Amino acid sequence: MSIRERLSGNEATAVAMKQINPDVVAAFPITPSTEIPQYFSTFVANGEVDTEFVAVESEHSAMSATIGAEAAGARAMTATSANGLSLMWEMIYIASSLRLPIVMALVNRAVSGPLNIHNDHSDAMGVRDAGWIMLFSENNQEAYDNMLMAHRIAENKDVLLPVMICQDGFITSHSIENIQLETDEEVRKFVGQYKPEHYLLNADEPIAVGPLDVQAYLFEHKAQQAEAMRNAKKVIKKVAEDFEKWTGRKYEFFEKYKLDDAEIAIICMNSTAGTTKAVVDQLRQKGVKAGLLKLRMFRPFPTEEISEALAHLKAVAVLDKADSLNAAGGALFEDVTSAMYVNGKHVPMVNYIYGIGGRDTTEKQIESVYSDLAEIAKNGKVENPYRYLGLRRREN
Amino acid sequence: MIEIRWHGRGGQGAKTASLLLADAAFNTGKYIQGFPEYGPERMGAPITAYNRISDEPITIHSNIYDPDYVVVVDDTLLESVPVTDGLKEQGAIVINTTKSPEYLKKVLKGYNGAIYTIDARKISEEALGKYFPNTPMLAAIVKVTGIMSDEELLEDMKSSFKHKFAKKPEVIDGNMKALEIALKEVKKI
Repeated sequence: MSIRERLSGNEATAVAMKQINPDVVAAFPITPSTEIPQYFSTFVANGEVDTEFVAVESEHSAMSATIGAEAAGARAMTATSANGLSLMWEMIYIASSLRLPIVMALVNRAVSGPLNIHNDHSDAMGVRDAGWIMLFSENNQEAYDNMLMAHRIAENKDVLLPVMICQDGFITSHSIENIQLETDEEVRKFVGQYKPEHYLLNADEPIAVGPLDVQAYLFEHKAQQAEAMRNAKKVIKKVAEDFEKWTGRKYEFFEKYKLDDAEIAIICMNSTAGTTKAVVDQLRQKGVKAGLLKLRMFRPFPTEEISEALAHLKAVAVLDKADSLNAAGGALFEDVTSAMYVNGKHVPMVNYIYGIGGRDTTEKQIESVYSDLAEIAKNGKVENPYRYLGLRRREN
Repeated sequence: MIEIRWHGRGGQGAKTASLLLADAAFNTGKYIQGFPEYGPERMGAPITAYNRISDEPITIHSNIYDPDYVVVVDDTLLESVPVTDGLKEQGAIVINTTKSPEYLKKVLKGYNGAIYTIDARKISEEALGKYFPNTPMLAAIVKVTGIMSDEELLEDMKSSFKHKFAKKPEVIDGNMKALEIALKEVKKI
């Protein structure tokens, strides 16, 4: 039986971690991290979990301690945000290349500078090639649900990759909203016990973790990581199917919202997808065939599935909440356009950089994107594919 | 869906009041959102907080630009912050003030909707012996919006306060009294 509650996204994530009851949580308890370790440390202090909580002195150490614990054979978790993730960067790659199924909550915030603590996706985009599975969450419910699915994905022996569960800083992390929670008992049954195959504290099988990997080996090891990432797709699908059987809540690689009969569509991730749904509903009432593709699974990237889902459209806008500053377009735009090209689908596409540094994204702005798309659909021309949404400009 | 925007100053509890309102509405079975607009957190600086309350799930995740109701916790904001921006005329504004109706109409230039006032300072000082305007303002907005009955609010807040003030139970009665007085004293001008 689900429990009706109201929680912020940070609280929802901390509750999921409490229910999972991992062996170790290593986290940096103040800014630039999030309220998640703060809430979780309360659960530890109150004896509601039997997790070993390591209050480390920096984010680099948070990831290092998490890696050490996971390599030792423990189920280890952490949480971070923005510049905290930047400081972890070196160890982020170590975690995935050592094939450690760590689970981390990432509350998406701008990587400074100039100093900004508000929401965008620049932190996540900085680690998009680091070999972590990355799932994005529209609201507190999805942040909670994705967290409950994370360990079964990460720890699957065909995967063995770390998982990052993303949600929008402040917009969902600090907003109180309704949520359906599952019981502790049911969560523990679903998540299951962690039984590592190879681990440092196994006296019967002495191993080394992370030794020198010279020219003769590193390439093959990277190819194995890539294979694990491909394998992850079927595991993510299977875990979501089991999750749906349990809770009734359905998760796919992406959510198609009124997309199948749409002529124009937006692609985006996290909370903006919710605002876009409201705009799609309003436009549908006016007879505009608008749709949305909300991407949940950013890594691995579902290239074939996305290109199939978009092939019938007359125009598509990809919304990037981080600029790649490459004079070409945002990361999501490049992934989507390349997926289309490789799979031989051609649909006019345009990119909007939006919501940088916590700039609020309004229904009016989203509606203006659909107006632009209607124009592109009519004449088939994309004059400038690399645009801004909600940017203040100097009046001439 | 009802959309409410709160204007206050850092330290007056507008954020807490918006979260308490979300809590109370949640307890009557609604879908809710309660969120502040985070900026540089400074005592006394203007702050904004928001509520959405609906019978249906809420998917919008943006600030509120065309609110049904506005709550002004500190009347010194009236001359510096455009509090009625986007406020629907069939809605209302609720202000913590002792200023005259003439002054309020003048300062809310052009706003033709309903204006409600309440002296939250007097109520708070009478009930709590201190100035915490958020509890009276919470009662006032509940009364004006009719989101729930007086009884539902009082019953719900009693259990919320028990939880919130577990470590200082002596303030529970004062806060309950502030709610009761505020429900009676909020008035339309």
